[in-house]
Amino acid sequence: MVSKTENLPKTFCIKACDHVINRSSPKPGYFFRETLGRYYTTLCGSVIILLTVVMVAFVAIKGLTAFIGSHPISPLQFLFSTHWQPDASASEGGPEFGALAFIIGSLSVSGLAVLFSAPLAIAAAVLIAIIAPQSGENFIRPVLELFTGIPSVVYGWVGLSLLVPFIRNCFGGLGFSLLAGSLVLALMILPTITTLATDALQALPISYTEGSYALGATRWQTIYRILFPAARSRILIGITLGITRAFGEALAVQMVIGNSVRIPGSFLSPISTLTSIITMDMGNTVTGSDWNNTMWSMALLLLLITFGFIVIIKILGSQRTEKRGSNA
Amino acid sequence: MLKFSRIAWIIALFFTVSTGAVAIAAGNSITAMGSTALQPLVEQAANKFMETKPDARILVQGGGSGTGLTQVAQGGADIGNSDIFAEEKTDINAKQLIDHKVCVVGFTAVVNPKVTVSNVTQKQLVDIFSGKITNWKEIGGPDMKVVIINRPKSSGTRATFKKYALNGVEEAAGISLTEDSSGTVRKTIAETPGAIGYLALSYADTSVRALNFNGVTPTIANITNGKYPIWSYEHMYTKGEPTGLAKEFLNYMMGPEVQGKLVSALGYIPVSEMKVSR
Repeated sequence: MVSKTENLPKTFCIKACDHVINRSSPKPGYFFRETLGRYYTTLCGSVIILLTVVMVAFVAIKGLTAFIGSHPISPLQFLFSTHWQPDASASEGGPEFGALAFIIGSLSVSGLAVLFSAPLAIAAAVLIAIIAPQSGENFIRPVLELFTGIPSVVYGWVGLSLLVPFIRNCFGGLGFSLLAGSLVLALMILPTITTLATDALQALPISYTEGSYALGATRWQTIYRILFPAARSRILIGITLGITRAFGEALAVQMVIGNSVRIPGSFLSPISTLTSIITMDMGNTVTGSDWNNTMWSMALLLLLITFGFIVIIKILGSQRTEKRGSNA
Repeated sequence: MLKFSRIAWIIALFFTVSTGAVAIAAGNSITAMGSTALQPLVEQAANKFMETKPDARILVQGGGSGTGLTQVAQGGADIGNSDIFAEEKTDINAKQLIDHKVCVVGFTAVVNPKVTVSNVTQKQLVDIFSGKITNWKEIGGPDMKVVIINRPKSSGTRATFKKYALNGVEEAAGISLTEDSSGTVRKTIAETPGAIGYLALSYADTSVRALNFNGVTPTIANITNGKYPIWSYEHMYTKGEPTGLAKEFLNYMMGPEVQGKLVSALGYIPVSEMKVSR
């Protein structure tokens, strides 16, 4: 840390001098390094913005087609009906496109995952940041970060091979369940929440801890009364990012939840999520058909809910800076 | 410092240019996409075909039967692979598509090995899938709950099974589990007591038990002579009559190299051996 701050002005000086020399007598590499570099980064930045806008617009247009086409589906039916019969002919009661079972499935599986994961992650963060910083930084944190590198299909396969039979044998039912899905997700989002919560606790000024100890508080009182409230909004950002990741995960969840189209009655009942029905039906339905269009509507819904989470993160983030401002 | 930044820029520029170049480089090539059930056969046939014609490129992709039909109808792919007739999908203009039936796939109802039933009638199967039979003891099996493992509603395998095994009867909603791929279906049935589902014959190994249907064993011989009804064609559709490389490749698919060797080796049934047709 110390050497970094010492080095900083030096680098600035060298760069500034370099710049002046180049101005008086441009070297051959000047254009290449300065102008071209600037245009290249600007180009890349614009491409990223353009891609985002195009993707959102594309999903929005495709997602709304189902509600405005030649035989429109009622948005209310889509959002609040549980009847999912996209292949039924008119004589069998007509195709029905109610996505409520998927929406509830997605919300409940990611919500439960966070309930399982957050306490564990925050406890681990306290261990790494405060109680055992040495072994935490050198051992626990690298191990946790390894988790993020595991592909989601591996999580799904392990869940299918170990967790599903385990739940079937211990709790009864089929094993394919809301519980299995949320446990797999809880493991997947654990590193995200832990890392962000650890960063939040480590970023707190050491004076908070010292002041608390000086007033005679115990370590637990310091953690619980001083450090937690101070780091609260950043920890909440970590949790929200965890939900966002859980909400968008498709493959691992789809392998262990059983994909029954119904509202879950208990932790042990099989469920469907928005992502699982999209991955299963998107490729096999014909582009432009109502069935395929409702897949896009679900993708749009997924996008909107994720945007909602991001807005929450932004609000939490701005609360933090406001607090900082008033403290100073 | 200077050298490093220069190299970095060159690498960055190289990547930008090369991404664009890859898209342009495809020359004498065709795309065949769609059904994942047919994909292994088309992939292997394409590899062998390209060995004999080094300048040709055949890109084989999955994506599902619906994607294959859509893409070939819109001109996005030269060949669309499908498990079902184009006429069976609404929203597809089937008249402009030419059907090439490349092989036949047989399907069978399979159960967990602990289910001691070895034969089902069509009526029993319909009752199981519509939720009327919920315990195996009702049809002479052990006292075990029936657990139905389905494929997704849009799956070609499910459509074939519903049409020929269940006589078109819709499965009861919300009582079954759904698994995305045949591999997962097999694993789930093998591990779940009382489970029943359906698989292509090539997927039905010893970890699950294949059921006789109306007293007929699901074998290739019984399919070709017309005794066993649960099978379907695998189609390769072109938009209009195929020309150029697409025509050459489809001829190769129907030729002795593929029909005589590859089709049987991968667990499909050659169309030429069928004594019945649909």
